[in-house]
Amino acid sequence: MRWDPGGLDWTLAVVFLPLAGALLCFLVPRRAAPVGLGAAVLTAAATFGLTLAVLADGVQRTALGGWAAPLGILWRADELSVALMAMTATVGVAVSFYAGAYFRDEHTERAFFWPLWLLLWMALNALFLSADLFNLYVTLELVGFAAASLTALGGNAAALAGAVRYLMVSVLGSLSYLLGVALVYHACGTVDITLAATRMGDAPGAAMHAATGAIIAGLLLKTALFPLHFWLPPAHGSAPAPVSALLSALVIKASFYLLLRLWLDMLGGGRWLAELLGVLGAAAVIWGSLLALRQTRLKLLIAYSTVAQVGYLFIAFPLSLAGNGAAWTGALYLALAHGLAKAAMFMSAGSLIRFGGHDRFAELDRPVPRLPLTLTAFTLAGVSIMGLPPSGGFIGKWLLLESAFRQGRYGLAAVVLLGGVLAAAYVFKVVGHAFTPGPREHRGLRVPAVMEWSALLLAVGAILLGLGLPLLRPLLQVGPESSGAGSAAAVGAWG
Amino acid sequence: MMDLLWTQAVFWALVGIALLVIGLYALIVHAHLLRKVLALNIMSSGVFVLFIALARRAPREAAGGADAPAQVVPAPPDPVPQAMVLTGIVVAVAATGLLLALIVRLRSVAGRTTLDNRADD
Repeated sequence: MRWDPGGLDWTLAVVFLPLAGALLCFLVPRRAAPVGLGAAVLTAAATFGLTLAVLADGVQRTALGGWAAPLGILWRADELSVALMAMTATVGVAVSFYAGAYFRDEHTERAFFWPLWLLLWMALNALFLSADLFNLYVTLELVGFAAASLTALGGNAAALAGAVRYLMVSVLGSLSYLLGVALVYHACGTVDITLAATRMGDAPGAAMHAATGAIIAGLLLKTALFPLHFWLPPAHGSAPAPVSALLSALVIKASFYLLLRLWLDMLGGGRWLAELLGVLGAAAVIWGSLLALRQTRLKLLIAYSTVAQVGYLFIAFPLSLAGNGAAWTGALYLALAHGLAKAAMFMSAGSLIRFGGHDRFAELDRPVPRLPLTLTAFTLAGVSIMGLPPSGGFIGKWLLLESAFRQGRYGLAAVVLLGGVLAAAYVFKVVGHAFTPGPREHRGLRVPAVMEWSALLLAVGAILLGLGLPLLRPLLQVGPESSGAGSAAAVGAWG
Repeated sequence: MMDLLWTQAVFWALVGIALLVIGLYALIVHAHLLRKVLALNIMSSGVFVLFIALARRAPREAAGGADAPAQVVPAPPDPVPQAMVLTGIVVAVAATGLLLALIVRLRSVAGRTTLDNRADD
């Protein structure tokens, strides 16, 4: 199966289409919405093409400008990067349609949202494609700049303060990462990930240990793993709803992807480091869920839920030490399912804000009979966040749990289960209030149908992700010993 | 000669680390956002100095002639880190510009140049 019409290079298309779209939107701000939507659809189509090409022909490599690897920039699309790009495209198209309706009457925000969002998409795809540490640093910074500018889009004091804090944290994280890159270059004489891994050998020296520490610390800060999550709720809570969806669903995953990629391909950190990440992840699950339960504003609740869900991704690190790649597949499944579900949740929250004028969910007046689609979307997304079958979140947690039980790690298994219970508590807290009349009756404003439907389709996607396990398995097999015995058992258990 | 060059590289690496630590300290202690931006810039200078210092190659012994004794020639420094640091400087300038623009806007909207300690609003 050749999906290569006329020698078109999909890896170039997925980066340069959004870039061209962003520039065009910037040049013609009056037509930004249709142009941006067109660019988004084209980018998603190119991502689809790239995914099929990788599935058919294996890893795709592109040397930019024809310059070979040590001197030039090499782009490399493998299964892991394609899986994340596909999630980005799915969330991206849904958010693009949503944002078209959300920003319809706000001219300034519309004029700036489209170029910044397409630039963010370009930076994300470039990050997923980059194969050398320094190029990754540049794309990491591009993602941070675009994301921080999007956070400031609201223009009020809370949004600006959130954006400043976010940008500072982002720059600090990148600096720490760059310090690590400098040390890797000193130790290995290259910034190419694969080459550095081979030159490093089996016994990394002191410089490599310092580099590992600096790189991981910087990326943990950007991924907002407990206790480095302090910046996330204000930034994600104060941004406009489509932006919150992008930040929580995609931007967090970019730094997690990078951490995972370096861990698997180069750093392969020691046992104690993996255990430390697992402990922090477990603490994040508990702490984030408890704080989510205490929130009275819907968007902050969803933001703290992101803190908790990020914790799950790190529980896979100690579980992957002994045994097969089932824990990694589980973590990736959770990452993808969380991307779809969390975007749907933030989009529903945006519809509720449009409806009621605020997001103190206890005071909303009977949203269920008046916005049934939005509440359905929120609940379906909540099902995936809780990890109930047949959602994508369920598969991810199942794989993590199975891996934990197999190794006798009952503490981690208990945290996974407890996190699910707490997630159910905070999701039902919102849903429960949605059925009851508010303290004051109020007329809800009309919410455009596009906003309701795009959130609903994304939430349905998060559920369907659980049924797509056989389809997605080839994309999510990572790790040195991905024998897949564990995940095969999971498929057999309910497939 | 060789020792001297190596000592210089180590010296500059230590300077880089010192700048990094000073910047991090200032970033945490100072509340005023302009000071935080300056602190971030000092930190990035520290990383750049360290990067350049580590790029210095160990000098090699050149074979001496019949009447000249073997001598140590300094190797030219590795150009790749310098290119990377140049890119890093561009990124740092862009970050500073964006931060300053956001801070100016924050001041005109909210009349303050600090971040609230309350995270929940």
